[in-house]
Amino acid sequence: MTPLDDLQAVRLRRLLEEGLPLEASPYRLLAERIGATEDRVLAQVQQWQRDGLFRRVGLVLKHRALGIHANAMLVLDIPDAEVDAVGERLSAAPGVNLCYRRPRRLPHWPYNLFCMVHGRERASVTAHIAALLAELGLSERPHKLLFSTRAYKQCGGRFAPALDRAHG
Amino acid sequence: MDDLDRRLINRLQLGLPLVPRPWEALAEELHSDAATLRARVQALLDDGTLTRFGPMFDIDRLGGAFTLAALSVPEERFDAVAAILDGLPEVAHNYRREHEWNMWFVLGCATPEGISDTIARIETLTGLPVLNLPKEETYHVGLHFPV
Repeated sequence: MTPLDDLQAVRLRRLLEEGLPLEASPYRLLAERIGATEDRVLAQVQQWQRDGLFRRVGLVLKHRALGIHANAMLVLDIPDAEVDAVGERLSAAPGVNLCYRRPRRLPHWPYNLFCMVHGRERASVTAHIAALLAELGLSERPHKLLFSTRAYKQCGGRFAPALDRAHG
Repeated sequence: MDDLDRRLINRLQLGLPLVPRPWEALAEELHSDAATLRARVQALLDDGTLTRFGPMFDIDRLGGAFTLAALSVPEERFDAVAAILDGLPEVAHNYRREHEWNMWFVLGCATPEGISDTIARIETLTGLPVLNLPKEETYHVGLHFPV
C-alpha cells in the first residue's frame, strides 16, 4: 500500500518541485495543503527517496556567488570496454561534480567521458585534474579541459530545478 | 557569509534528515537553534547564494528528455547566436567554453521528439550544425562541495 492516493501524490510532487517549505514542520504544512496526514506525507517522501526519485533533500549552490569561478568540463576518449570502470573511478574522485558517458561524434568529437570540475580559480582546477589523471593512470589518454569563460543563460523552462545540477 | 552559514551549507549538501522537525535535528548537530537555521537558509536563497532548497530530483526519473549540445560559432556571431538560444525555453545552461566547439548548452523537453525538433530549429535559426551528446550512462557522485 502506498502512503498517499494518486491525486495526493501528484499534488505533493508538484509542491516539492518548488522546494521544501522553510517551516518548523514542513511535512505538516504540505499535508494540510494536499489534505493528508503528516505521517503519510513523510512516509511518501521517504519512499520516494528509497525508490531513487530523489537522492537527498539538499540545495543548489550558485557557484559564482561563493567565489567558485573556475568551471571545467574534462572530456576523455576511453575505449568502450573500459569506460564504465574509468567513469566509476572518476566519479568517486574529490572535486568531480558530475560524470557521464556520452556518444562520440566522429570525426568532429572523439570524447566519450565527461566530468564537471569546479574550483575557486583556474590554476588550482588545472593542477587538481592533472594530479587526478596521473593518480588514475589516465594522463596519456586523449583528453581536453574545456573551461567556461562566460555563462549566457543559467536556467530555464520547467525542468530548471533538475537542470541546475544535471547537465543533460 | 559567516562560519555558521558555511557549516550549514556543508551539512545541507549531505541532505536534510527526513524527520517531522528536521531543523531541530540539525540545530542540535550545528549547536544553533532551529529558527536561526531556517532564517539563514532563507537569507541565502534571497541573496542568490542558493538557487534551490528541497528534494534533488533525479533527472532520469522526471519523465522529460535531455541532452548536452554544442555549437561551433564564428567569433563575430557569438553574441547573436547566444541571443537566439536565450529566446528558446528549451535551452538551459548556455556556457562559452574554450574550444573549437565553443558554445555548450543543455536542452530539456517533455519528449525525445521535442529534443530533435529543437535541434532542427536551432540549426535552421543559426545555420550551424549542432553536436548532440545525450547522456548514455550516469556515474553518481557525492555532489558535496565544501565552502
